[in-house]
Amino acid sequence: MSCQYHQHLLLPLLLSLLTAGVSSVEVQRPRGVSLSNRQFYEEGKPFTCLDNSATIPFDRVNDDYCDCKDGSDEPGTAACPNGSFYCTNAGFRSSFIPSSRINDGICDCCDTTDEYNSGAACQNTCRELGRKEMESLEKMAEIAKEGYRLKQLLIQEAKRGLEEKKKKLQDIQVTKKDLEDKVEALRTVKETAEQPEKEAKERHLKAWEDQKALIRMEKDMARMAEVFLELDDDGDGFVSVAELLSHSELNPDSDDSFTEAEAQVLLGGVDKVDTVTFEAVWNNIKEKYISEVTTVKTFSRLQEPFSDNDSEQLLQDNCKLYVRESFFTVFDINLEKEISFDFGPNSEFAYLYSQCYELTTSEYIYRLCPFNRVSQKPKYGGSETNLGTWGKWAGPEDNIYSVMKYEHGTGCWQGPNRSTTVKLTCGKETVVTSTSEPSRCEYLMEFISPAICQEPSSLESYFHEHQEL
Amino acid sequence: MAPVVVLWLAMCLGGTWAVDKGNFKTCDQSAFCKRQRALKPGESPYRALLETMELTNTRLTLQLINDNNKVRLLLELYRLQGNITRVKINELKPLKPRYEVPDVLIREPPTEPLSLLSQDENGVVLSLGAESQRVIVSARPFRLDIMEGREVLMSLNSRGLLAFEHLRMRKDTQADPEAEKKEEADPANQAEAENVDEEKVEDGMWEETFKSHTDSKPNGPSAVSLDFSLPGVEHVYGIPEHADTLRLKTTDNGDPYRLYNLDVFQYELYNPMALYGAVPVMLAHNTQRTTGIFWLNAAETWVDISSNTAGKTVFGKMLDYVQGSSETPQTDVRWISESGIIDVFIMLGPKPKDVFSQYASLTGTQSFPPLTSLGYHQCRWNYNDQEDVKSVDAGFDEHDIPYDFIWLDIEHTDGKRYFTWDTHKFATPKEMLQGLMDKKRKMVAIVDPHIKVDSNYKIHNEIRSRGFYIKNKDGGDYEGWCWPGNAGYPDFTRIDMRDWWASMFAYDQYEGSMENLYTWNDMNEPSVFNGPEVTMHKDAMHGAWEHRDLHNTYGFYVQMATAEGLIKRSGGVERPFVLTRAFFAGSQRYGAVWTGDNAAEWDHLKISIPMCLSLGLVGISFCGADVGGFFKSPSTELLVRWYQTGAYQPFFRAHAHLDTPRREPWLFGPENTALIREAVRQRYTLLPYWYQQFYQAHRTGQPVMRPLWVEYPQDPATFTLDDEFLIGKDLLVHPVTEEGARGVTAYLPGKDEVWFDVHTFQRHNGAQNLYIPVTMSSIPVFQRGGSIIPRKLRVRRSSTCMEHDPYTLFVALNSQRKAEGELYIDDGHTFNYEKEEFIHRRLSFANNILSSLNLAPDAKFTTQSWIERIVILGASKPSKITLKAADGQESQVEFEFDASMSVLTLRKPGMNSGADWTKKNL
Repeated sequence: MSCQYHQHLLLPLLLSLLTAGVSSVEVQRPRGVSLSNRQFYEEGKPFTCLDNSATIPFDRVNDDYCDCKDGSDEPGTAACPNGSFYCTNAGFRSSFIPSSRINDGICDCCDTTDEYNSGAACQNTCRELGRKEMESLEKMAEIAKEGYRLKQLLIQEAKRGLEEKKKKLQDIQVTKKDLEDKVEALRTVKETAEQPEKEAKERHLKAWEDQKALIRMEKDMARMAEVFLELDDDGDGFVSVAELLSHSELNPDSDDSFTEAEAQVLLGGVDKVDTVTFEAVWNNIKEKYISEVTTVKTFSRLQEPFSDNDSEQLLQDNCKLYVRESFFTVFDINLEKEISFDFGPNSEFAYLYSQCYELTTSEYIYRLCPFNRVSQKPKYGGSETNLGTWGKWAGPEDNIYSVMKYEHGTGCWQGPNRSTTVKLTCGKETVVTSTSEPSRCEYLMEFISPAICQEPSSLESYFHEHQEL
Repeated sequence: MAPVVVLWLAMCLGGTWAVDKGNFKTCDQSAFCKRQRALKPGESPYRALLETMELTNTRLTLQLINDNNKVRLLLELYRLQGNITRVKINELKPLKPRYEVPDVLIREPPTEPLSLLSQDENGVVLSLGAESQRVIVSARPFRLDIMEGREVLMSLNSRGLLAFEHLRMRKDTQADPEAEKKEEADPANQAEAENVDEEKVEDGMWEETFKSHTDSKPNGPSAVSLDFSLPGVEHVYGIPEHADTLRLKTTDNGDPYRLYNLDVFQYELYNPMALYGAVPVMLAHNTQRTTGIFWLNAAETWVDISSNTAGKTVFGKMLDYVQGSSETPQTDVRWISESGIIDVFIMLGPKPKDVFSQYASLTGTQSFPPLTSLGYHQCRWNYNDQEDVKSVDAGFDEHDIPYDFIWLDIEHTDGKRYFTWDTHKFATPKEMLQGLMDKKRKMVAIVDPHIKVDSNYKIHNEIRSRGFYIKNKDGGDYEGWCWPGNAGYPDFTRIDMRDWWASMFAYDQYEGSMENLYTWNDMNEPSVFNGPEVTMHKDAMHGAWEHRDLHNTYGFYVQMATAEGLIKRSGGVERPFVLTRAFFAGSQRYGAVWTGDNAAEWDHLKISIPMCLSLGLVGISFCGADVGGFFKSPSTELLVRWYQTGAYQPFFRAHAHLDTPRREPWLFGPENTALIREAVRQRYTLLPYWYQQFYQAHRTGQPVMRPLWVEYPQDPATFTLDDEFLIGKDLLVHPVTEEGARGVTAYLPGKDEVWFDVHTFQRHNGAQNLYIPVTMSSIPVFQRGGSIIPRKLRVRRSSTCMEHDPYTLFVALNSQRKAEGELYIDDGHTFNYEKEEFIHRRLSFANNILSSLNLAPDAKFTTQSWIERIVILGASKPSKITLKAADGQESQVEFEFDASMSVLTLRKPGMNSGADWTKKNL
């Protein structure tokens, strides 16, 4: 229901109608005419269709024959195909229904006024509905209020976080610069070392081989850094057993299940590894690993071959520096990416970044990692399916942050790539409440977060009024 | 389901997006077809033994002998009431009985006397009674000619292609000594056998292998074949189901049209391949006469068509005409069936409507559907759960689009066990059905005939313990793969099985069912995923008969039993609604059919017209195609155009494959929602007319959706039209079926007719090709001048909600300023109309007087509906209008006159729809 997005719009309207419904005396007007339109229907005077298409004697209003093109002469009968009927619904919200629903034997208005001649046994349920709506609105208001308070905290946190990250980025950039300087220095040393040497051709060739090995090594290290970041779903700086398990291709034996024990072995017998330890276990992983992203960035900075060099040590140093530099480059890019994300007008959605939320249904475990990906894993074994990676905010123009779109998931047979629409609603917690697949391979996820809560501006006055009623 | 996936995947990898033709036989791959087609015309070995002729009052019998093998046949010839001649040919002494199709004819057709006119050694001449019709039996070679006056209407075996493979003992093995003994014991057989030229044993006579499937053929060759010549005929129609043009094509340069009920995955258009259903009825038409051939045989059948004018260009024909050198145009038809006998009904017209009633007198008429089933149906494979059903239902209300039925495909069941519900997704089906009932809406749930082999499944256990399953050739229960995995197939040809099946629809048996739940029979060809040609092995056994003998009637029986179940559950009160995919002659008696798994392509939209027209010609009026196309995803334009077309076809249901994106009418932006809403609303305003057409179809056998030539049989310009059609005789529809169309050219038939655009009331003369510019909202529809069509303009959310609403009469005047129409009203859902509980009135306009006369004075029914408006098209302005009620009371009626379009609108005449009245324009 859209009422959740529009509650701030809906409330004042409800207020005025409820007041009218309860306090006003029934004003005489032709059946089906709204209060605001009653001025056009003056007893005994010729009636002019609301679209001015014709003027008819008043006794042709509601005479069960359609005279006006816009249907306005038959507000209380089903005679006009395009007419509408006004349900006063005292005690609840008034509404318009298509006039084709008058006397069709189905109770549409809670005050039963649409079924005045059909024999349908309708009960007046307006008060009950009004009470229930009131209750649910109160509850929603309470949630909205608390949610909004939490949102303010999130905004402050995000602001702090952003500053920190900007600072960190700056630091990294400084460090990087520093490293680059060192590399430059080393290169100078190397070049100086090279200068006086007049080498034999063989040596030169050997050095060229070493150089290629260095390039390979460097590329490998760069890939390692990337893989580390990819694997580190929650961005905590560690790759854990759980994170490794989502890559079934790493399963060492080809049997069905990739167990935690097997994953642990790959990580050198521990539950999680940081970047340094990851270097040590990289060989366990690199052969089988399949990247989640298709475009692999390369961090090779070597454009031209070095000339020969007899200093192995120099090569080693050089290499390590490059590796560290690569790591920094990736972090650097990651941070820049994070900083540049659209986390909402006040960055209130920033707290979702690098988090994941799960929902278990009868068959599957669904996992939403906001701004990253949505996935589905069978509850009882089987590999994970990508239901889409972060696409964009996709709410309606006036409420763009109410919907997230995840796209380009695993392809379907004869169908599209899987995609997921995540609908956000205001709540105190951050939780996935439901998932469904309304159309094949198009998933829908309901997600509650305080970050979407709106300022409960009119609520106070609304409750004030309500108490008095 | 796993094998299914594998199968489909394999097909998919072929790359092209169409049927894998390799899965289905060509004539060459079907041994009997190949054998029979190899016969050359003009060498008939058959001779009539005139001395054996016996003529009683109702029947002529005569023996035929095959001079090559001395096997004798028995010819029976009957004159049936209503200008029908029946010719039956069987072996005189078959080794064992040959299958004669039961249950398709509604009764043993009543006969009329035959009399002998003359006889000599060359033949006999019999009088067929009416209209100087005679049948000439020629002896050598045997041949039948049906004459009227000096004109030959139809000849049988004129090309000498009569063939009758007699049942025989297998000669090529010594494995069966008992059989030999048996043969010796039958002196008659032996005597003849000795004289026989030993016939060659050909491949495929005693065994046939197609792909990995071997057909064991324990009875050996048993095919039958006969040719028919139709002098003066250039247009033949019918023999559905094929995805082809309305007018049948000649088959000289390709395969014959095939009739063999098959589940064809992603079928291809414009070819003679067999599809889901088979009705072995062909109509032949020229400007003078319409005739029909009903070949009552349920085995695999092929139909060859050739024509002596087929190769000629229009210029060539003209040249022949000018030179006077033309031979008479002639169409030759040849029927070939794998087993059974020759039992053919020759319907002699002479008018199209005569052929329809002749055929109806044999196989019955269209069942009279509940009014609500003529509304719009919303289907999808699948609506996922009760919540989904609820939200789609609410969507229709939110977008103010009427609908009557929402459908559940196979996923609603507990593991494809029909008659059950998925316990999670459809935990409380009655609650769901009650929710629909509260809105006066209904549901259809699928019940397929394949039954999951599962000892925890009640339906399976009962069928197995009662021995109701079809048996395999070795006597065990036949099992094949279908949706549930391993499945058994109940033998619906057994009446005890059908009775039991029907009893399963009782409310206390079918848990979760309610009176607003109806049924859909899919996969009833039957579809067997791992069977030969995706269907059942021909050597499977139905009692003493092979599946081969009766294959094409399996689906017919499934629908029969299901419809019976829906009738029984209401104590015989309520009319059933059952949709079937497979069908045969007579299926019209049990409900609706659809054209199976089509695709979201423009050509599939176009083909829906000839496919349903062809079905209408052979009695099956309640036909529709999946709106939007089943496979693939339609463009928005295609979807809108399909709604506009479907709204004017008899069975109006949107359906979509599981793997396609959702396409409920409101998912394509407000503009398109409005276009679809408008199309559906047009359907609902016309429901009184549709209902009346179905009442007529039920009473008389006339098709509801008709090709133009049926109403304009003398206008050759109509003979090949299949992009426009008539509903009844008064509405002409030329839907837009071209992508990006800016206009359509509709042929308006009848040089004395006038036609009124139903949207603008613009008047057009008949016998012209009219160019109509179109926009996305256009559905070109015309009302025939001279007709009166009742509509209900107060469209509500379902047809049931409109029950008591008033009528608007659209009176379209012809050039004599006359018009006629009818108004039929009953309760819309029970069989009480059979007890004369209805209103049936004739509305006529002449001499400026419109009157309503009771066509059924004995009938009794009261309605709350009244006449709210009368719109007279092509009218002149009256000075005043008076209404005279039955009691003589006169009153004035107000009116409006639109001089630019000559439209006179009477405001609120107000009389009850069931009353007598006259109305005078002065």
